[in-house]
Amino acid sequence: MKEPFLALQEFFILAGSALRNVVRRPHYADDIFIQMDQIGVGSLPIVILTGSFSGAVLALQMARALADYGQVGRTGQVVAITLVRELGPVLTALLVAGRNSSGIASELGSMKVTEQIDAMRALGTDPTQKLVTPRMIATAVVLPLLTIISDFVGMVGGFVIAKTLLNLDGAQYWASVWQSLKWNDLAQGLLKPFVFSFAISLVGCYYGLNTTGGTQGVGRATTQAVVVASVLIFILTFFITKIFVDVVNT
Amino acid sequence: MEGNTSKTALKFDHVKVLFNEQPALDDVSFEVPAGDTRILFGAAGSGKTTVLKTALGLIKPDAGRVFVFGRDITDLPEEQLFDVRSKVGMLFQESALFDSMTIEDNVAYPLLNQRSIRCSVEEALPRVKDALRFVDLAGTEEKFPSELSGGMRRRVGVARAVVTNPPLVLYDSPTAGLDPVTAHTIIKLIAKQRDVKSTTTLLVTHRYKNGDVMANFHYDPSTDSLEPNKGGYRPTGKTQFLGFKEGKLIFEGAEAEFEASNDPYISKFVKHNG
Repeated sequence: MKEPFLALQEFFILAGSALRNVVRRPHYADDIFIQMDQIGVGSLPIVILTGSFSGAVLALQMARALADYGQVGRTGQVVAITLVRELGPVLTALLVAGRNSSGIASELGSMKVTEQIDAMRALGTDPTQKLVTPRMIATAVVLPLLTIISDFVGMVGGFVIAKTLLNLDGAQYWASVWQSLKWNDLAQGLLKPFVFSFAISLVGCYYGLNTTGGTQGVGRATTQAVVVASVLIFILTFFITKIFVDVVNT
Repeated sequence: MEGNTSKTALKFDHVKVLFNEQPALDDVSFEVPAGDTRILFGAAGSGKTTVLKTALGLIKPDAGRVFVFGRDITDLPEEQLFDVRSKVGMLFQESALFDSMTIEDNVAYPLLNQRSIRCSVEEALPRVKDALRFVDLAGTEEKFPSELSGGMRRRVGVARAVVTNPPLVLYDSPTAGLDPVTAHTIIKLIAKQRDVKSTTTLLVTHRYKNGDVMANFHYDPSTDSLEPNKGGYRPTGKTQFLGFKEGKLIFEGAEAEFEASNDPYISKFVKHNG
């Protein structure tokens, strides 16, 4: 019964230590850039692909619903708000979690079972500083950027559908997109991926560094990392949305 | 704190380590004077690797004290342990080379990252070349660990462990899974490091022959081979054997006592003379 609480405690100790290392020497700038390349550039193709199609699907579905009220012209508005507030951050985070939480967990897990983590400590390096902090910083930088790209290509996907299948005027579509987005939407659309990035990187690192049981253990850690990071994304998005809704209402 | 001047390189004082509430080390006490060699025997899971990791501060004891060169490392925080670890080299069981780095980067790693050493890349490179020459692996600098054989990886592991010239070196099953010829090469390197650099050595092994060689042979630089300790040769330190069983230290003594032991567990290692 006490194991989940101990695990939670260890996770927060790891998170605290990784955050403290942001302002502590030595800094591993090279590792941060390598991770930004792997997580950011590496995830770009799938983010663009899924982002554009989710925008297109959203436009198709919403246009059908809006047609009942004679409001098909507002398709751009609905696509933009849904993407920027919720779908863009959550979908992008889930994709990056699937791709990178698992990647981080398996890489660190393999290092753990082959004693490379112990070797790192024995040779004078704090594994949290060398492995966890660069991944955390890199994910915190690239996930909001990926989300912006995903939001934009999603709106372009919606535009293609609006123009070709719904016969809407392009200028009207973009005008409704532009007018519908408030600072509040942009704020939560950027805050969410920033918060999710910590869940994705730290959960991956936590499961990787706590891998036991050889290659089978690496597989188990990888699966657990993806599942926990994905669930955390949904829980976090609920609370962030709730806070923003309350702020707007007051 | 006695620093590096302590006559005792390593001391375990009633050390107890628990894994999942099961004792991995149970009331283990021993002392290794500087310059001495200790050969650690024991079946798999008897606690030999745990001894080495506890000596490095990678595992914290649940009870007892650990002293490295006179400094009590038992409760030291990780930050302060880095200073202690710079005086201790370790060869891990499967070498534990960083598989995403070249051999050169692997061997240079402690020189560039040990906080009390931290030399520049320009200073590190000649020392890396020297260390690789020491293990007869000059020319492999640009290769990755996956491109080397198991024996070569162990030799790189030895080079990485000794590149900083640590006064205490720990070897965890350096010959496990190797053919006899390669195993002899590794043992020769360990004896060479001990005799040329006068290091204190802890060697975990299952092969009695490894302990026998370490106790009765020395490295002769003129012939680049191991020669028996006879005639006028006086070894700088003593070689003693430690026997571990289920986390307990059940034997400590010289090779002759080890061979003469009536304990069936100990005599198994002597009989299976491999």
